[in-house]
Amino acid sequence: MKIAEANENQVPLWRLGVWWFLGSEIVVFGGLLACYTLYRFHHPEWGMEAAHTLSWVGAINTVVLLTSSLTMILAHERVEQCDLSGAVKFLGITILLGLLFLSFKGYEYHHEISNGLLPSKSLFWSFYYLMTGLHGLHVVGGLIANGVVWQGLKKGKNPHRIESVGIYWHFVDVVWIYLFPLLYLASPGGAL
Amino acid sequence: MKRFIRTYLFSLDHKMIGKQYLITGLLMSLVGGYLAYVFRHQLAWPGSPVPGYGMVGPDQYNGFVTMHGTIMVFWVAMPILLSGFGNYLLPLMIGARDMAFPRLNMLSYWTFFLSTVVLITSFFVPGGPASGGWTSYPPLSDQPGFTGVFWGGHLWILAVALEFTSMLMGGINFLTTTLALRAKGMCLFRMPIFVWMENIASLLFMFSVGPLIAGAFMLLADRLVNTGFFMPSAGGDPLLFQHLFWFFGHPEVYVLLLPSLGILAEVFTVFSRKTLFGYRTIVYATLVAGVLSFVVWAHHQFISGMDPRLAAPFSVTTILISVPFAISLFSFIATLWGGSIEFTTAMLFAVGMLAEFMIGGVTGIFNGSAAADIYLHDTYFVVAHFHYTLFPVTFFGAFAGIYHWFPKMYGRFLNEKWGKVHFWVTALSFNVIFIPLFLLGLAGHQRRIFDPTVFDYLAKYQHLHVIATFAMITMLLGQIPFIANFIISIYKGRLADRNPWKGTTLEWVAPSPPGHGNFENDPVVHRGPYDYSLPGRDREWVSQTEE
Amino acid sequence: MLGWFPENISTYGHGIDHVIQVIYYIVGAWFLLVEGVLFYFLIRYRKKKGVPAVYEPGSTWKALLWVFIPAVLILGFDLGIDWAQAPVWDEIKLSLPLPEQVVRVTGRQFVWEFVQAGPDGKLDTADDIATVNQLTVPIHAKVQFELLAADVIHSLWIPNLRLKQDAVPGRTIKGWFEATKEGTYPIACAELCGSGHGVMKGELHVLNPVDYQRWLHETVH
Repeated sequence: MKIAEANENQVPLWRLGVWWFLGSEIVVFGGLLACYTLYRFHHPEWGMEAAHTLSWVGAINTVVLLTSSLTMILAHERVEQCDLSGAVKFLGITILLGLLFLSFKGYEYHHEISNGLLPSKSLFWSFYYLMTGLHGLHVVGGLIANGVVWQGLKKGKNPHRIESVGIYWHFVDVVWIYLFPLLYLASPGGAL
Repeated sequence: MKRFIRTYLFSLDHKMIGKQYLITGLLMSLVGGYLAYVFRHQLAWPGSPVPGYGMVGPDQYNGFVTMHGTIMVFWVAMPILLSGFGNYLLPLMIGARDMAFPRLNMLSYWTFFLSTVVLITSFFVPGGPASGGWTSYPPLSDQPGFTGVFWGGHLWILAVALEFTSMLMGGINFLTTTLALRAKGMCLFRMPIFVWMENIASLLFMFSVGPLIAGAFMLLADRLVNTGFFMPSAGGDPLLFQHLFWFFGHPEVYVLLLPSLGILAEVFTVFSRKTLFGYRTIVYATLVAGVLSFVVWAHHQFISGMDPRLAAPFSVTTILISVPFAISLFSFIATLWGGSIEFTTAMLFAVGMLAEFMIGGVTGIFNGSAAADIYLHDTYFVVAHFHYTLFPVTFFGAFAGIYHWFPKMYGRFLNEKWGKVHFWVTALSFNVIFIPLFLLGLAGHQRRIFDPTVFDYLAKYQHLHVIATFAMITMLLGQIPFIANFIISIYKGRLADRNPWKGTTLEWVAPSPPGHGNFENDPVVHRGPYDYSLPGRDREWVSQTEE
Repeated sequence: MLGWFPENISTYGHGIDHVIQVIYYIVGAWFLLVEGVLFYFLIRYRKKKGVPAVYEPGSTWKALLWVFIPAVLILGFDLGIDWAQAPVWDEIKLSLPLPEQVVRVTGRQFVWEFVQAGPDGKLDTADDIATVNQLTVPIHAKVQFELLAADVIHSLWIPNLRLKQDAVPGRTIKGWFEATKEGTYPIACAELCGSGHGVMKGELHVLNPVDYQRWLHETVH
C-alpha cells in the first residue's frame, strides 16, 4: 500500500513542503537582515568599511547568480516540454554558474583576509562574513540538491524535482539580491 | 534484528516516531527532575551535600538551573506535546495513512536524538554545562571568561540549534500533512481542535524561531571567532539578543500551550459526553492570539534597560492577548455545562491542568503590568508564575494525553486506580512546591542565587524553601506509580478495543493499536468531530464516519 | 499579601505596592469566580445514571454571550489595571527629578561599586567618594543614579526601595529614588551574572541630615 498519497488531487506534497521550508528560511535571513539594518542605522561609519568590499566582484557575482536563475527556469521549461536532454544541459549550466559564484566569493574572502579584514576586525565585517557565509552555505546546499536532480535527469528519473530545487535556487538568488546592496553598495557616511 | 531496527529504531511510521519522541521526552523529564532535586536540596539546606550528587558549588548550581530550564522546555515539553502527540495523533485524527514525508519525519526524530546526545555530553566536558541561564543572555553567555564554561556553552548552542532544526522539520510535516492528506470529507472545520492547535503551534514556531537562529549564529561567532555582535566593546548590543530571544520566547510559550489545550479539548468532550462549546470561536480566538503573540515580547524586558516608553504599548498588547485566551478557556468550561462528567484519570489531569493553569494566567497579570513588574521581575514570583503555566501545560497535559490515548497506542488500558494515586500526589505536591515560591517572591527573593541564607531578609523565610523541597521530593516519588503502571500495562494491562472511551474522532475508528497505514479502509468523514449526545439519535455518540 | 513585602522606605514604593494590591483583589475575585464555576460544573454535572448530557454546540451568538461577556469584562478590568499602573511606572522610570545627590553605580562581577559626588555635588571631581558595596544617602533627598555595568548584565535590586533596574554593559541608565526612613537595607543583584551572583551583596545606609553631613565630612577628609 502506498502510504503517502494526496487523497484529493490538490497541490503536490513536495511543493507544499518546499514552500513551508522556505517560509522557515525567510525568517532566519529576515532576522539577520533586520539586526544588520538596525545596527547600520547606529553606525554610519560602516559605510567606510563597506568601501573595502570588492564591489565589482560582487556585481559580477550578482550577474552570475541572476543568470543561473534564468538557466534554471530554462531547465524547468525544458522538463515541461519533455526535453530532458535540454533540461540536463541548462541545469548543468546552472550548476557551473553556482560553482563560478562560489569561486568568486572565495577569491573575495582570500583578498579580504590577506588584507587583514577578518570577522573580528569590526562589527561590519562580522556581519559581512556571517551573512555571506550563511548564504554561501545555502548555495552549496542548493548545488548539492541540483547535482542530485541533475544525476536523476540524466537517467530520466524524477524530472518533477526540478521545480523544488528551482524554487530553492531562486530563493538563494533573492537573498543575494538583498545582501549585495546592503553589504557592498551602502555609501560612505550615509545611513544606508 | 533487521526487523527490530526497522520497526523500533529507524521506523518511518508516524506512530512509532511519535512514541519515540514521547519516550525520549519522558526520559529527559527525569533528567530535568533530577537537576531540580539537586538544586532544590541545595536551596533548602545550603552547603550540605545532596544525597545522590554531593556538594553543590555556585557554578554547578548555575549550570543545573540553566540545564533544568533548557531541558524542560526544549527536550521535554516540545518533544512530548508538539512532536510526540502530534506525530502519533495528527495523521490518525485527519484520517491519513501516515505523514506527508515519512523520511523527513524519521530524520526529524534522529536529529532530535542527536541534539539530546550533544546536550547530555555537555554535562561531562571540562568546565561543565552552560551556566548562563536558559535565556542565555550575553555578555554572560558570550565570553567563556565570564562563566568559566567553554565547551559547555558551545555544545548548548549546537544542541539547541539541532533541536530547532528537528522541530522545524516536524512542523513542515504537520502543516503539509494537514493541508494535503485529510480524509475525504474532512474539511478544515471538521478537524479535531487538537489538529488545529498542532498546526497553529507549528506555524508560530516556524515564524518566530528564525531570528533566534540568526541570534544563535551570532552568539556562536562571538564565542568562536571573536566577533562582537553582542559585545559593547565592539559596538554590539547585549539587548539585541534579548529581543531576538523573547520574539521567539513568547510565541514559544504558546507552542507548548496550544497542543496541551488540544488534548484538553479532546479529553473534555469525551468524558463529559458534550460537544465542544464554540468550536469555531476557539479556532478563531487561537489564531488571533497567535498573531498577537508576535507583538508582546518586550513585556519580558520592562526593566532590561530598553527605552522605558516602550512599556506602555507592550502592556497594552499583553492585555489584549488575554482576551482570546479568556474566550478559549471559558469555552472549555462552558463545554462542561450540562455534561455527564466521568472522572477518569485522563479527565482528572485535564481538569487539573485547566484549574492550575488559571493560577499561572492570573499571576501573569502582575508581571505584565510594568509598575508591578519593577518589584516582581526576576524574583521567585516569576519562577512560581511560569511554573504554574508550564507545569500544568506540560505534565498535566501530557499525562491526560497518555492516560487517554494509551489504549490506542498499546491496545491496553493503564491502571486507573494507580492513575488516580498518580494524579492526586502530583497535583497536591505541585501546589505545595510553588505556592511557597510565590510568597518568597513577594518577600523580594531574587532568582538564581545558590544560597538564600546569605541575605538576612531571605534567611527568615528559609522554612518555605524546606517545604517546597520536601514537596518536590514527594512529587518525584509520586511518579514511580506512573512509570511502573506504564511499563506493566504495556504487557499486562486490561485489553482495550478500538474505541474504549466511545469517542467520535477518527483515531477511534482505527484498530488499537493501529497497524502500518492506520486504517483498514480509508475513512470518509460526514460530520464534525464532537457529536456527543446529539438529539434524535439512539446512541449518545456519533462517529465522524457515520452519516 | 502585602504582609510578605519588606518594609517600604521609598517615596514611590507605595505606588507599586498599591498597584500590586489592586491587581491582587481584581484577579483574585475573578480567579475565585471562574474556579468556582468550574468546580460547580464538575460537581453538578458529574455522571449520573439516566441523566444524559445536553447538546449545546455554542454556535449561536446568544450562547456565545456566556463567554464573550466575561471576556469583555476582563478586557475592561485589564485596561483599568493598565491605566492605574501607568502613572506609577511613569513616575519611577520616565521622570527624572532634579537631583539633590548623584551617584554612579557600576555592577562588576561580583560587587556593586559606588562613586558619589562629594560636597561639591558633582561627579568626576577630586572630592568624589568611591565605595564598594556600601551606599550612604541622606534621608528625604532625591538621589539620582547612573547605572553602568563593567562586564555582564547585572540588576540593581534594593527591595525596600522597590527599586530594580538592569545594568547593561555599554549603556548608562539613569534613575532616581528618595528614601524616607533611616536605617540599613540590603542591596542585591537580581540578574544572573555568574558564579558569584548569589553573594553580590551590598548595604544601603540611609542617614538623617546631621549624620549624613558628619559621614560626608569624615569620609572626604
